[in-house]
Amino acid sequence: MSKAERPGGREPVRLAVRKTYKLYIGGAFPRSESGRSYVVTSSKGEFLANASKASRKDARDAVSAARKAFGGWSGATPYNRGQILYRVAEMLESRRAQFVAELTDAGTRKAGEVVDAAVDRLVWYAGWADKIAAVAGSTNPVAGPYFNVSSPEPTGVVAVVAPDEPLLGLVSVIAPVIVTGNTCVVIAGERAPLPAITLAEVLATSDLPGGVVNILTGSVKEIAPWLAAHMDVNAIDLTGVTDPDLAVACEEGAAENLKRVLRPAATDWSADPGTKRLTVFLETKTVWHPTGV
Amino acid sequence: MFEYAPAPESRDVVDIKPSYGLFIGGEFADGTGTSLKTVNPASEEVLAEVAVASADDVDRAVRAAREAFGTWSAMPGSERAKYLFRIARIIQERSRELAVLETLDNGKPIRESRDVDLPLVAAHFFYYAGWADKLQHAGYGADPRPLGVAGQVIPWNFPLLMLAWKIAPALAAGNTVVLKPAETTPLTALLFAEICRQADLPPGVVNIVTGAGETGAALVNHPDVNKVAFTGSTEVGRLIGRSVAGTDKKVTLELGGKAANIVFDDAALDQAVEGIVNGIFFNQGHVCCAGSRLLVQESIAEELLDALKRRLGTLRLGDPLDKNTDIGAINSAAQLAKIRELSDLGEAEGAERWSPVCPLPDKGFWFPPTIFTGVAQSHRIAREEVFGPVLSVLTFRTPAEAVEKANNTPFGLSAGVWTEKGSRILWMADRLRAGVVWANTFNKFDPTSPFGGYKESGYGREGGRHGLEAYLDV
Repeated sequence: MSKAERPGGREPVRLAVRKTYKLYIGGAFPRSESGRSYVVTSSKGEFLANASKASRKDARDAVSAARKAFGGWSGATPYNRGQILYRVAEMLESRRAQFVAELTDAGTRKAGEVVDAAVDRLVWYAGWADKIAAVAGSTNPVAGPYFNVSSPEPTGVVAVVAPDEPLLGLVSVIAPVIVTGNTCVVIAGERAPLPAITLAEVLATSDLPGGVVNILTGSVKEIAPWLAAHMDVNAIDLTGVTDPDLAVACEEGAAENLKRVLRPAATDWSADPGTKRLTVFLETKTVWHPTGV
Repeated sequence: MFEYAPAPESRDVVDIKPSYGLFIGGEFADGTGTSLKTVNPASEEVLAEVAVASADDVDRAVRAAREAFGTWSAMPGSERAKYLFRIARIIQERSRELAVLETLDNGKPIRESRDVDLPLVAAHFFYYAGWADKLQHAGYGADPRPLGVAGQVIPWNFPLLMLAWKIAPALAAGNTVVLKPAETTPLTALLFAEICRQADLPPGVVNIVTGAGETGAALVNHPDVNKVAFTGSTEVGRLIGRSVAGTDKKVTLELGGKAANIVFDDAALDQAVEGIVNGIFFNQGHVCCAGSRLLVQESIAEELLDALKRRLGTLRLGDPLDKNTDIGAINSAAQLAKIRELSDLGEAEGAERWSPVCPLPDKGFWFPPTIFTGVAQSHRIAREEVFGPVLSVLTFRTPAEAVEKANNTPFGLSAGVWTEKGSRILWMADRLRAGVVWANTFNKFDPTSPFGGYKESGYGREGGRHGLEAYLDV
């Protein structure tokens, strides 16, 4: 709490207008339909906010929004997607101070450097939008009079369990998923979800179509299995699942409709990310056509 | 219609033993399970007794593969390549023998096993042989490493070709394998084991364990298997997806399909008819990427169906070893029962059934080429994989409707588009959610061309540079 909020202070009293941290679904900021919230505290244990505690219904709404956004986003030109991701980086940079404050509250050390790294990560992925197809695609020299070409395509709706690295980790799992044309439903890290909602505000002001990224806050253990078993979700990134039993349950649920699964793995978010997170949520489509006159 | 004199391929080129064991560590050994019989589906004659691998046998095979992995993975890629080239050559040398054996065990026409399966099998080994010493240039890092022991389970529709798709890239990348062929078609895999011996392949690099589902489950669930590759039904794919949860096993699954073959009003009709026939009646429709849903533009539906029915009247069903046979035997009694059940359901749900006059042989498992018209998207014959010579016909008016109907399936393995308009082909290809799109052609395969599905048709690709990824630690 800032000084100005304290009653009885010597300064003229002006009560700060606090932000209600809500969910981000389909480009809007609804509260959880369940009406639930949970207390988020700083690393020192001070009250920060009541975050929305998303329900199964919220998760389903988010999947619907992501599915609805998929056609337009995957059909946008890669150049356009790259521009929008770069715009996200710009917006993030312009809110640097706010993220530094939130990360500091969450106990992140050298928060300024972390925010810078998150901005740079977005820029790095933005540049991949119109390059990944050239790297992951191929023309195939088949033994016959056919033109044959393979190109990567987004797999569809991806559920993402974000790691407990409130900004850099979050950006590092969202950007590679959406830059190739997927849409996603993200469960923010449970302990420090506030930067995720502030990131949603950045996304909402970056020309990113509503529904491309949907962010839920709440209990990972409660929501992740619903997303893992959801029949209209094409893939799931379990990076942020720390409980091995939960990871197994999610992977088993994912088998129901043969989701692509990225298993949890310890990750150094400051390291060069490589292309794995880009390619794991891509399909390869191969087109044949006869040649001739 | 022409009359043809019988023209059977000689079966003297094959020498089928009365019984076969398991191929473990370079030696043939008895299995500890109760052996099974493999039959010729065209005559119901028992071809041979085949050992059934128990969990202990599978364990021995995995241990043999693990033991061989050290030297095989450490061997220079150029040396591994030469083994694979050698195998490719022996397959070419013995290709007629393999083709006849495949036809006997599987029931597919010799024209297909000889002209499609075997050339592709040899080409696949030849192709991946060339990758073995070029892995550092494949786009998977400077020094991509193999995974270890691959457990591979393959289906009965293209027994030797599926073996090639599994074993060639695995070995090229430096893995060793334990492969389980389907219980109804184990013979060409066992002949392949003999080919490995002729090629002096180090013992344990390739191990073949025969058996049914239990053997497959033992292999997939073996804790020392690093990689699982499966081609087969979506139902079993789901089971495998569950059983590998929480392990480090890398998995690729190539599962079912319900491909739409879409014909526009400007398509070259005669070519489209040939494509439709090839799409659904090739290999008796036992093809995961078969064009089992014909989507025809309403304005030409009648004309196309008339031409299609005329063409079906000329298809020759019968002795798979006859060189003039177009449609062979259904692979097993169980599969025939499934095809009959779904076809009967098609009628019961209100679709109209048609088959050409087509006498069926008295012995063996046979099903006539069948077309259903008046099919609704909700009918089970439009939603479920029949895996037989059964075509469901639906119509559409606009390209957008064609896309919507084509994609209205949990599967996403393949699709076909027939139109003379290039821009429409590209527009359609862009929107079809399927791993392979054949435009003005169908059911074409090549080792350089990645193959695999979207959605519930599985994940991972086989073939091409993409096919290496499944066998590398990347």
